[in-house]
Amino acid sequence: MRPFIYTRANSPSFAVQTFPSGSAGPDVESPGQYLAGGTNLIDLMKIDVLRPQHVIDINALASSPLGIISTNAQELRLGALVHMADAADHPEINRAVPVIAQSLRLAASQQLRNMASLGGNVLQRTRCPYYRDVSYSQCNKRRPGSGCAALDGFNRMHAVLGTSDQCIATYPGDFAQALIALDAQVELQGANGTRAISVGALHRRPGDRPDLETTLAPGEMITAFVIKPAPWMRRSLYLKIRDRGSYEFALASAAVAMDLEDGRVREARIALGGVATVPWRAQAAEALLRDQLFSEANAQAAADAAFAGARTREHNAFKVELGKRTLKRALTEVAAMEA
Amino acid sequence: MSNNRASFTPSRRKFLMTTASSAAGPVIARAFTGEARAQSAPRNQREPVGVRLEVNGHVQDLSLDVRTTLLDALREHLGLTGSKKGCDQGQCGACTVLVDGRRVLGCLTLAASVDGRSITTIEGLTSPGQELHPMQQAFVDQDAFQCGYCTSGQIMSAIGCVHEGHAENDADIREYMSGNLCRCAAYPNIVAAIKQAKAATQSRLASKET
Repeated sequence: MRPFIYTRANSPSFAVQTFPSGSAGPDVESPGQYLAGGTNLIDLMKIDVLRPQHVIDINALASSPLGIISTNAQELRLGALVHMADAADHPEINRAVPVIAQSLRLAASQQLRNMASLGGNVLQRTRCPYYRDVSYSQCNKRRPGSGCAALDGFNRMHAVLGTSDQCIATYPGDFAQALIALDAQVELQGANGTRAISVGALHRRPGDRPDLETTLAPGEMITAFVIKPAPWMRRSLYLKIRDRGSYEFALASAAVAMDLEDGRVREARIALGGVATVPWRAQAAEALLRDQLFSEANAQAAADAAFAGARTREHNAFKVELGKRTLKRALTEVAAMEA
Repeated sequence: MSNNRASFTPSRRKFLMTTASSAAGPVIARAFTGEARAQSAPRNQREPVGVRLEVNGHVQDLSLDVRTTLLDALREHLGLTGSKKGCDQGQCGACTVLVDGRRVLGCLTLAASVDGRSITTIEGLTSPGQELHPMQQAFVDQDAFQCGYCTSGQIMSAIGCVHEGHAENDADIREYMSGNLCRCAAYPNIVAAIKQAKAATQSRLASKET
């Protein structure tokens, strides 16, 4: 690991003011990084993928609203420094929005969930082996303009949705999909004040700038996630398909929520994981289900629609059928829930 | 060339003895505040950072390269080599320790980021001449290891698992222990050990012992 300047922040404003200016972004030249759980950052610093000159430790902010879960009838507010394990075990989250708790519980290991923050979780970096191994000179995410070794490399784990000819790296997380399915907002604080955006507007598809992963301004940090809970969100779940039964990233996953009345779908929400370059909202699939009686045929049609734009490479073509079956099963299970 | 190199390389045993003896220094008697110190001004990248840890009940003041992980602080600076370095990238669980009673990975924790916190390692579970912790005894009774390299991490993780209330049945234990890998595949016996030690571990927690 390369040396860095280490600063402890004890207020969000101190943190954002301390964040170094200059070229920023998620690439290796990023001058600053906030340190929360460190489960992704310290790992990437050890393997030389991230080389911040300045690390700003924000863990002390956990004693502020950033470290708190608060719930009332109008909103469910998750502070950015809440640990994954605590949100996964929170009784009201499990009752009101089970897809959130399940997406967290099915991710990582309990030690990592005890460490990792919710804010850091949604910003976790891809597990693309060519991104994580600096001995490969070609990675447009690490070194813009250098090429992509994954396109014709070992790409079994790579994305089939939202790809570009510059990057096919999979977004590896689970929690962001649950947030997107529930139309959650993310609250941000930066040098120029605070703002809130839809979680769905947080991540950028790679396009011709795979190094720019989010719409965050340099030094801007996540302070909270806010969900407006509706009673029908109790009918929600997260289904994750992976190579082993626990402690593994998704090959395909689906966060689904459904407002169902007398067999008719009033609202359907679908976000996919393991198959796309960003947390992937499947709106065309949602539209096919809405205002229809729920049926196996409709679930199949929705699954087909969700993957209509899939583009596969040599080793990941299986993800199209696996992704469809994952979504169809998730929809079937969520429709059968007692909610 | 190789002969020359060898003569400059300290043996592993000599190195361990050196670090162990440096750790035998006096326990600092100052009151333990339990709080991280106030924010520090930006400093030189090479300047050591002061870190105070309460390790197994003893306050330790360390001056560390800022890059030092909690695992390396324990092993290389305090001579507590019970916590193991397996993968060093958060995938195997061999470095699991408790921070303020919660199980975390020492290899992905910067020592500076746990300034002011209480750390419990395998060495803190009992003392020489005393009875083993019920979880340690259960691992012996149930033959829950072969080579033993993952065992200290398994035991610390198992204690955390019971404290969290995630040891309700076999499936629960398997799921919540999945962050601890065992190449010898002692998994069925590890599950049996956790079931054996669950009640005694819970009652120790109730009496505020680890």
